[in-house]
Amino acid sequence: MYGFEALTFNIHGGYLEAIVRGHRASLLTASDYNNLCQCETLDDIKMHLSATEYGPYLQNEPSPLHTTTIVEKCTLKLVDEYKSMLCQATEPLSTFLEYITYGHMIDNVVLIVTGTLHERDVQELLEKCHPLGMFDSIATLAVAQNMRELYRLVLVDTPLALYFSECISSEDLDDMNIEIMRNTLYKAYLEDFYRFCQKLGGATAEIMSDLLSFEADRRVVNITINSIGTELTRDDRRKLYSNFGLLYPYGHEELAICEDIDQVRAAMEKYPPYQSIFSKLSYGESQMLDKAFYDEEVKRLCLTFEQQFHYAVFFAYMRLREQEIRNLMWISECVAQNQKSRVHDSVVFIF
Amino acid sequence: MEFIDNMTAMDLMRSEKMSYIQLIIPIESAYRAVSYLGELGLLQFQDLNADNSPFQRTFVNQVKRCGEMSRKLRFFKDQISKAGIVSLEHPVMQPDIELEELEIQLTEHEHELIEMNFNGEQLWQTYSELLEFKMVLDKAGSFLLLEKNHHVVVEERELEESLNSNREHIETASLLEKEMGPSISDQSGVNYISGIICKSKVVIFERMLFRATRGNMLFNQAPVDEEIVDPVTSEKEVKIVFMVHFSGEQAKIKILRICEAFHANCYPVPEDVTKQQQLTREVFSRLSDLEATLDAGIRQRNKVLSSIDYNLTKWANMVRREKGIYDTLNMLNFDVTKKCLVGEGWCPIFARPKIQEALQRATYDSNSQVGIIFHVMDAAESPPTYFRTNHFTNAFQEIVDAYGVARYQEANPAVYTVITFPFLFAVMFGDWGHGICLLIGALVLIAQESKLSKKKLGSFMEMLFGGRYVLLLMAVFSIYGGLIYNEFFSIPFHIFGESAYKCRDGNCSDAHSIGLVKYRDPYPFGIDPSWRGSRTELPFLNSLKMKMSILLGVVQMNLGIILSYLNARFYGSSLDIRYQFIPQMIFLNSLFGYLSLLIIIKWCTGSQADLYHVMIYMFLSPTGDLGEDELFWGQGPLQVTLLLLALVAVPWMLFPKPFILRKLHTERFEGRTYGKLGTSEMDIEEQPDSAWTRRQHHEDFNFSEVFVHQMIHSIEFVLGAVSNTASYLRLWALSLAHSELSTVFYEKVLLLAWSYDSLIVKLVGFAVFAFATAFILLMMETLSAFLHALRLHWVEFQNKFYHGDGYKFRPFSFASLEEED
Repeated sequence: MYGFEALTFNIHGGYLEAIVRGHRASLLTASDYNNLCQCETLDDIKMHLSATEYGPYLQNEPSPLHTTTIVEKCTLKLVDEYKSMLCQATEPLSTFLEYITYGHMIDNVVLIVTGTLHERDVQELLEKCHPLGMFDSIATLAVAQNMRELYRLVLVDTPLALYFSECISSEDLDDMNIEIMRNTLYKAYLEDFYRFCQKLGGATAEIMSDLLSFEADRRVVNITINSIGTELTRDDRRKLYSNFGLLYPYGHEELAICEDIDQVRAAMEKYPPYQSIFSKLSYGESQMLDKAFYDEEVKRLCLTFEQQFHYAVFFAYMRLREQEIRNLMWISECVAQNQKSRVHDSVVFIF
Repeated sequence: MEFIDNMTAMDLMRSEKMSYIQLIIPIESAYRAVSYLGELGLLQFQDLNADNSPFQRTFVNQVKRCGEMSRKLRFFKDQISKAGIVSLEHPVMQPDIELEELEIQLTEHEHELIEMNFNGEQLWQTYSELLEFKMVLDKAGSFLLLEKNHHVVVEERELEESLNSNREHIETASLLEKEMGPSISDQSGVNYISGIICKSKVVIFERMLFRATRGNMLFNQAPVDEEIVDPVTSEKEVKIVFMVHFSGEQAKIKILRICEAFHANCYPVPEDVTKQQQLTREVFSRLSDLEATLDAGIRQRNKVLSSIDYNLTKWANMVRREKGIYDTLNMLNFDVTKKCLVGEGWCPIFARPKIQEALQRATYDSNSQVGIIFHVMDAAESPPTYFRTNHFTNAFQEIVDAYGVARYQEANPAVYTVITFPFLFAVMFGDWGHGICLLIGALVLIAQESKLSKKKLGSFMEMLFGGRYVLLLMAVFSIYGGLIYNEFFSIPFHIFGESAYKCRDGNCSDAHSIGLVKYRDPYPFGIDPSWRGSRTELPFLNSLKMKMSILLGVVQMNLGIILSYLNARFYGSSLDIRYQFIPQMIFLNSLFGYLSLLIIIKWCTGSQADLYHVMIYMFLSPTGDLGEDELFWGQGPLQVTLLLLALVAVPWMLFPKPFILRKLHTERFEGRTYGKLGTSEMDIEEQPDSAWTRRQHHEDFNFSEVFVHQMIHSIEFVLGAVSNTASYLRLWALSLAHSELSTVFYEKVLLLAWSYDSLIVKLVGFAVFAFATAFILLMMETLSAFLHALRLHWVEFQNKFYHGDGYKFRPFSFASLEEED
């Protein structure tokens, strides 16, 4: 029913779309960031944030603040908003909203498993988990000794079970395998999400396929760069790439055989949308790549709000908020550690 | 003309005259000056530091301190409400304390409270652990007992060791820190672990255990009857006692880890019954000891809390005031010498002496060498709108403000709304029975005024209470309207004498078929009760109410246009009078004024003329013969004249005004072909008097824009004259709906029920009638009549003259700060 969303979209999605657009209006703007960057102490940051929608979440914090408190409270706000939206949502929007959190779920699983491997305290690990990616039996992950058990005991109940079938082969849990597991899970997740969005059709499919392709391509580049110089074989590397996106399939062939960052660059510059990202970087540099990708992502996410009657705004809003929290974390860290000269290094202005 | 000018100025008609003032305050007296001004509450400060972010301002540290103090106060309030201490009114005023002192006191109190909470929490944790242990012993014991009875005969075992370790557990602060659940191995190698878990998790917990042990386990569960406090999260939860039987060491480690992951607290339960009893006794004695300790702790904590509570409101007010003062001080600007603060703001002219007096007092009280300089300035922006309202007029002003705050010194429709609003409401809601019910409600609200105004009401009650005087007038007017309509819960009464009609013969057999005869003077006030139930009741009432609606509408719209005249006179704009007011008056009155005239003549003469016909043919064939419809001599020529006048009025209000404006504009700027010089040199000479007023905007004259605007305005008026008049017919429609509804309830419910002999049916009928009256007629109908009256005022009345693009006067005042909370 492409092009006819306007007829029926508002029956179920209208209210929540209005809500999410209202939430979007409360995202911090460039002038907010400029003010925040001028703060001298964390209390100044709190004071500035108290004039924004974060105010009620921070107002009852006693005065010597920590960066973690600020981030925690800001995340809490996002989680509250997410939960209230999820409560109001009907199918298929509710499934769509749940899909958004699976990425965090994968990260949390990996965090707990890695932590247990290094014999950290489970409670401590749980505190570090992203609240959006929590599920009931997450703490039980510590019980599992190998992948098979991990799957059979815990993950079979979670939405991640589907994605796990691919990595069940490897037996032992070590750092390398966990990292491979993370990427395999992510690959399966992105592909599933992509399929789901295609099934929804209409503007949602169109916009989400653009956003998810970008996400997949970014992961491809990251996997390539991170696996350079490791024992990961080319075929294994190729297996971790998601099977969609702008780079699929020819870009994947090229990236799979890359040996250094400049080869990655050469492969990527054949694709006009990524050319601009790489053209900002000097040769041999990969430090600023993350920020360049974030910049591009934020630009694309902001554009989704230009169109109406689709679900991508929810995805975009959640991502933008997360970016905002990353920004706040960076600014607070810089302020707390007296590194104000580096404040602008990693802040991505949203508006 | 003279008469209007000589009229005494009405308070509510025009908003207070404002002046823009500048204060230059020496630093030493700044704090006191601002606090006195806050007390006075008649000066609206302008933010001169709008470019600076909040933490770049001068008094940011004080604001932060106030924020910190209010956080502490919120913490106290939270603690007090959690402890369930009822706060009492404390009329005793204590001597004021300094802010610094207060800050120290608050910090001390906070420390004390946090320490107490910490100690209390540890005790509570131990206590709730013991309580859980007790529950587990209770329930798990019965599991074991059952097993004994039904399954294997379990040998007696040496338990002394585990018992001793249990004693140690109890002695230490936390049981959880110790190793959990010693499992007693059976000869068969079957161990068990018992514990307690939150009810919501039990299903998934059992499933997890099943998977982890590959089904080689037995899971028993029993619900705990009461909610108990979790020792870790200290929240009340419904819990379930469980007992898992399993075999093997490997499984034990797994199960214990799963228990940990699920926050299931495990407690050891000996298998032997005597040991169990012994343990239970011990737990009981420990519990009672702890209870005593806890009680003492709670008592002490409550004492501290209630002593804090005693002062809490005062402190909160004080902190709020301090914060208000510093926020205001942050709006002030430093002057060049950095020794004075410069403040600017709006105040009503009548308040200037009061402000000066307060400033003098501040100078005197703070022993300042230099006085505070106060002078009046010019401002580019239009001043805020400030009406001095009282309890009575406030609600009506709110009704008008809800549409838009009046432009500065614009004619205020609230003056007329006070009467016209309840009156139009009553036209739709005319029933003196219902009116009396409303009146009782309004009087109750007003009688409780002093009590209710202090309380925090729900949003609905708040609205009702806020509009109590509107409700009062609405009730009074609907009693009046009801008397005119002669309806008391839809029943007519012979209040003002006998009906003017009577039956043709003695037995009144043809009263409903042929009708009645008039035999005496008309009924003196309102509608003759004999119309009720007659065949022509509806046509008669409809004709009456319809005509009345049109008359009322035309009168109110004329009032609106006259107010636009008063506005034009006030602002001295003869252009608006000549090219807007006069053609508008002519247009409206030549069409609908004429209709009103016809209605009145028809009423007076009792003519049979068809007014629809007259009005329609006035347009279709103006020169045609009126025939039977002629109401008075010279009606034909008059109609032609009025029609021509109306036709002339349209271009009159459309064309001249924009052209004259353009002419005036070109005349004003004649010869000024050069642009303004750059103001860089002028800036230096200019006094740095006002940071804020310098922002001046240059106006461009755009003819097409003005013309289009005028065109829209004229078209709106011309079409509006028709549609607004039609819109007033809602008065008739709602009035009809109201009276028909109440008739239905009265006849079809009450009278029907009364026709039965059974008392129960009568009672049920009466109850239904009462409910319908209360909810449908008194609540829904009141609401709908209210909304329609609101619309008639906002749209039909106010669009004739009201701009409503002003902004409200918001002075810095402590009283409003307290209200905000």
